[in-house]
Amino acid sequence: MAKMILSMDGLVLKEIQLNKERLTIGRKPHNDIQIDNLAISGEHAAIVTILNDSFLEDLNSTNGTLVNGQPVKKHFLKNNDVVELGKYKLKYINDVPAAAGAADFEKTMIIRPGGAKPVQPGDAAPPPVGVTPAPMTPPAASPASHAAPMPPPAAAPAAANAAVIQLLNGPNAGKELELTKTLTTLGKPGVQVAVIARRPHGYFITHVEGAHFPVVNGATLDAQAHQLEDHDVVEIAGVKMEFFFKT
Amino acid sequence: MKLAEALEVVVRTDPGMVRSHNEDAVFGDAERGLVILADGMGGYNAGEVASGMATTLISNDLLPLIETIRPQSIDAATGQRVAHKYIIDEVALTNDSIYRAAQSQPQYAGMGTTLVMAWFFDNLVSVAHIGDSRLYRLRDNEFQQLTRDHSLLQEQIDSGMITAEEAKYSQNKNLVTRALGVDPEVEVEIHDYDVLPGDIYVLCSDGLNDMVEDAEIGETLQMLQANLELAGDQLIQMANDNGGRDNVSVILVRVRGDFAAPSGWWQKLLAWFKS
Repeated sequence: MAKMILSMDGLVLKEIQLNKERLTIGRKPHNDIQIDNLAISGEHAAIVTILNDSFLEDLNSTNGTLVNGQPVKKHFLKNNDVVELGKYKLKYINDVPAAAGAADFEKTMIIRPGGAKPVQPGDAAPPPVGVTPAPMTPPAASPASHAAPMPPPAAAPAAANAAVIQLLNGPNAGKELELTKTLTTLGKPGVQVAVIARRPHGYFITHVEGAHFPVVNGATLDAQAHQLEDHDVVEIAGVKMEFFFKT
Repeated sequence: MKLAEALEVVVRTDPGMVRSHNEDAVFGDAERGLVILADGMGGYNAGEVASGMATTLISNDLLPLIETIRPQSIDAATGQRVAHKYIIDEVALTNDSIYRAAQSQPQYAGMGTTLVMAWFFDNLVSVAHIGDSRLYRLRDNEFQQLTRDHSLLQEQIDSGMITAEEAKYSQNKNLVTRALGVDPEVEVEIHDYDVLPGDIYVLCSDGLNDMVEDAEIGETLQMLQANLELAGDQLIQMANDNGGRDNVSVILVRVRGDFAAPSGWWQKLLAWFKS
């Protein structure tokens, strides 16, 4: 479950579990988190939590709400965001429990309108009958699903070292082409085309179209992907080129 | 042109890098112009039972019919396209079968599946879907998602709670609001689109679009469209290289030419002579 850590001047004051659908922050005593400080408005901000996601909303406070130094009205909270109200800081922590629910990891589940609990894999109880799936409104804070959702998609996969193709003959001889993209196609469309795929563990060349297959170091490839080694010489559509890693 | 010549279909499915078994199911038949993809969920092995039932039941029922009906025509009584009627009936039957199996067998309790299917006829495609499996189209370098997920996240995006950019970081990605086989009834969303020669259609499970950005899927198709088989392999590989956290399935359909249904009697005769 996500939580907020309230601190001032680096001193941790409180840890707040985000277990309510709507949690309010303000100076007045009826707030879920009361901060008795004149810089905080009576009703300053609210945090709305829907299953595993939380949103921060500034309730038109006098002195405003900052997230990571930027003033916000409404904000979708991400792990480690720092919310500032006056001198107070609230750090949003929503890390996926690593081991817990590894089995359920990111399984697709059905969610029902009306805040019913998402059907868990292995749920023995049959689903309630007669619930028509209508366009749903945000469900009431339902028991959070136990499936550990995944962290955001990994950015570009840890890529292989930078590599270059240098043309060895033809009008553009000497020209270099950096293989920065996931895929780089080489050759003449309609005649012969090959593609070099940049993968986490290296660069792979594959035939795409044409009657002739690429030649690497004098040997003709088959339809399978072939991993390129440093200083391999590739021939496509009559053009020779050298593959090498940049140091 | 006959459908078998007009369409090129490539079907790929892979368990991914994390899961031990594959709960996706895929079906493709270029000759009849029908492709179906389902992403199962729930139970120990029941997800694959649900998705397998969906693709098998729908294809087994529809395929023999396709030759005998005119899916493009409009039913005079209801104003409904004939293809839609068959899809709706077939989805209802399949939903019922999965639901009953889930109710009657404890090991299947709670199983369900998403569905996306495309039915090509008369230079048209009927696209039907339930849940978060998607259909995209590449046309003239424009790569576009044609289906809209039935998911919590999509509803949050629609209601303005969250932007598409923020949605990438959401922890609620895996929650669908509609699925086949979890309730006694289900509503399937169906839309028709014109089909042009050169189009490439992509049906995929969320194992692809959660792991690979839309723009990258589109670029890959553009670069490798001369070799559809390779494009299919490459998309699966990209999802796996990025972590492959879920089962990955892709169906690619390339439109090679016109496949208008013969309309006049002499055209039918001509088509008959040609066949």
